[in-house]
Amino acid sequence: MTFLRRLACVLLLLVSVGPAFAVQPDEVLSNPALEARARTLSKELRCMVCQNQSIDDSDAPLARDLRILVRERLAKGDSDRQVLDFLVARYGEFVLLRPTFSARNALLWSLPFIVLVVGGIAAFMAFRGRSQTDVQQLTPEEEARLRAILAANGETGAETPPKGGKPG
Amino acid sequence: MIAELGHYALVLALALSLVQMVVPFWGARKDDPVLMGVAAPVSLMMLAFVTFSFGALMTVYVTSDFSVLNVVENSHSRMPLIYKFTSTWGNHEGSMLLWVFVLALFGGLVALFGGNLPDRLKANALAVQGAIAVAFLTFILFTSNPFTRIISPPAEGRSLNPILQDPGLAIHPPLLYLGYVGLSIAFAFAMAALIEGRIDAAWARWVRPWTLAAWVFLTLGIAMGSYWAYYELGWGGWWFWDPVENASLMPWLAATALLHSAVVMEKRDALKIWTVLLAILAFSLSLIGTFLVRSGVLTSVHAFATDPARGVFILGILTFFIGGSLLLFALRAGDLRQGGIFAPVSREGALVMNNLFLTAATAAVFVGTLYPLALEMISDAKITVGPPFFNITFGGLMLPLVFAIPFGPLMAWKRGDLLGVAQRLTVAAAVAVVAIVVTAAATGGGPVLAAVMVGLGVFIIAGALTDIAERAGIGRVSARVAFARLKGVPRSAFGTAVAHLGVGVCLIGIVCETTWSQEHIASMKVGDSFTIGSHDLTFLRIENRTGANFTARTAVFGLSTDGEPEGNIEASRRNFEARQMGTTESGIRTFGFSQLYLSMGEETPDGHISVRATWKPLVTLIWLGAVVMSLGGCLSLADRRLRVGAPRPAKAKPRQDKRPAPQPAPAE
Repeated sequence: MTFLRRLACVLLLLVSVGPAFAVQPDEVLSNPALEARARTLSKELRCMVCQNQSIDDSDAPLARDLRILVRERLAKGDSDRQVLDFLVARYGEFVLLRPTFSARNALLWSLPFIVLVVGGIAAFMAFRGRSQTDVQQLTPEEEARLRAILAANGETGAETPPKGGKPG
Repeated sequence: MIAELGHYALVLALALSLVQMVVPFWGARKDDPVLMGVAAPVSLMMLAFVTFSFGALMTVYVTSDFSVLNVVENSHSRMPLIYKFTSTWGNHEGSMLLWVFVLALFGGLVALFGGNLPDRLKANALAVQGAIAVAFLTFILFTSNPFTRIISPPAEGRSLNPILQDPGLAIHPPLLYLGYVGLSIAFAFAMAALIEGRIDAAWARWVRPWTLAAWVFLTLGIAMGSYWAYYELGWGGWWFWDPVENASLMPWLAATALLHSAVVMEKRDALKIWTVLLAILAFSLSLIGTFLVRSGVLTSVHAFATDPARGVFILGILTFFIGGSLLLFALRAGDLRQGGIFAPVSREGALVMNNLFLTAATAAVFVGTLYPLALEMISDAKITVGPPFFNITFGGLMLPLVFAIPFGPLMAWKRGDLLGVAQRLTVAAAVAVVAIVVTAAATGGGPVLAAVMVGLGVFIIAGALTDIAERAGIGRVSARVAFARLKGVPRSAFGTAVAHLGVGVCLIGIVCETTWSQEHIASMKVGDSFTIGSHDLTFLRIENRTGANFTARTAVFGLSTDGEPEGNIEASRRNFEARQMGTTESGIRTFGFSQLYLSMGEETPDGHISVRATWKPLVTLIWLGAVVMSLGGCLSLADRRLRVGAPRPAKAKPRQDKRPAPQPAPAE
């Protein structure tokens, strides 16, 4: 069932901390520009104790700590990049919801496009191959037979072009 | 007693499915009509036994029989009746039984309505269905028996997970399973065709309605699940790129591709090998989804390793069916003769492009879902693949695809004229440009990209309408003739247009919700108010409420626009005694296609509550779009050629009163 697992995670949290709430009013920074940056960054960071939730969505205490940490760093004048680097240094790449472009993740990032390109090439080759081999020209013998049949039906081959495919 | 009967019925169903697997297959090999004829009655009997077993499990749930372990773990005597019903499949064991029930149901339907199928194809297809049933019934009986008794029954059960105590549980899993498992029919037919080594356009015509039905259910199931998560989980997200969601999205993408390639096969006798492969892939992805959700592998690779019985069993099933089918495909695909040829720019070419992008998008979801697991298994490194990855890769692949949607149906078969098609889309493009300008103006310049995306949605909608208008000749012939022609347009063409229109609607909803949502987070006490999305909210009171098995704190807000009262909106937090757990119930009010979403956080001793209100413009279009898509699928299902079935030379069909099938033409 699609949401059972996510629900189970949420429930686990509820058991441990009681119902809570994602971004708390007291966390919100007074500077709207900084707050907007904090929200954007929060959506790129994983709540480490949850399943696939960003710290922006999660109500776990750890997520709250991280949200506050992000805001502290931003208030100190860190750039977005510096905040992310700081968190990766502390928690590992696991904290990033967007995997890095690294050699280790090469297959991850490239596979969809490999499929697209290889599929495209395969389709192109199929088109070329088929148009060369599969357009079946009649052999001279077949043409002779066709002419004979048409003649037997009282028609001439030249006047009725062969019909290709069914209509519609 | 009833639990034992249910258990025994499952054992008998397993025996029957063994017969269903072996006898018809043998009969098809020996060309023995009697042995092949066993397939249909046996699958109906198996359906009867599985239905009985499923009914037995429902009965012990509804009667709250706490001597059955499964009921103790997931039910409670004070739960409302509907949740006693739905808890039947709100747990691992029960949901696997539902899975097998749906499988047996589809097998039974093929047996009942497959009268016009060639005997060998039908026998082989039902044998493959039987094999799948054997695998999953064995799984249930040996690792996940829902009928296990306990020696000293407790007086009370542990209750269903509170978040699952929702009407969503009554609808979402059954719909999803009808979709997932419905794809087994396409798989079984593909296997049967490979076993025979023969496949033709008629095959596509038999397979299409089943795939289409499964696709409709899957579309509705996913949309339903999305809306459920939206209103239940309390922070208003509607898609999370959660592995469990991805597990249902992958078969949907593959099924969408399959529907399109089957059209080419049916009409033009081309793309046969690819269509068979897609049928295999679609169901394989369903199986992988089942594995992901049911094995525990998602929590952690290590959790999977500590209690591997179920996971290893499903992995075995997975390997056998996916490996086996791909092996058979590799051996036999060469025997399938290719049919009609076509130019790259043609309807067929457009559908090939559709398949290419859908497959790549499926690959993106697949690799994003499984890569972290694979990486952890081989190197112990832990990474996270979250929404940003999917938005870039999946989104990037879907964009060109949805842009191409209006072009496809206008393209001619065999050899198309891209310029001509573009000319016929001029009006649609003009409407889209107007939409972009209007959107940009209305949102004060907003993000330009978002306005363009809204325009793209409008372009798809207008393009779908253009297709119908072109077919009816609207604008070229008189209104009366056009109307007459409109009535003659086949339902499948309407189905295509409506389904494509749904994509446009959905896209507009997604863009508007993600771009122009407004959020307000505040700490409030009674009497405070704020404004969001032109609505004024005032915190009126907070009160205690009780339900059948929970107590709730409910915050009531008054709603008004420009002093005009608009009633109340309520958000609450429920506490379920039986599990000592809480849920948040968000308050949702719909205005047109937009919604105001309110959730309530913690209460402080001095009477403040934290409140998160979100104004979500046109958010309902996301799910309405999905509903429109499935409506298109239903229209297509109602097409005459699918009701009539594949042509059979020997039998006339006198039942068709309207527009009789081309009978031998009267002498002229």
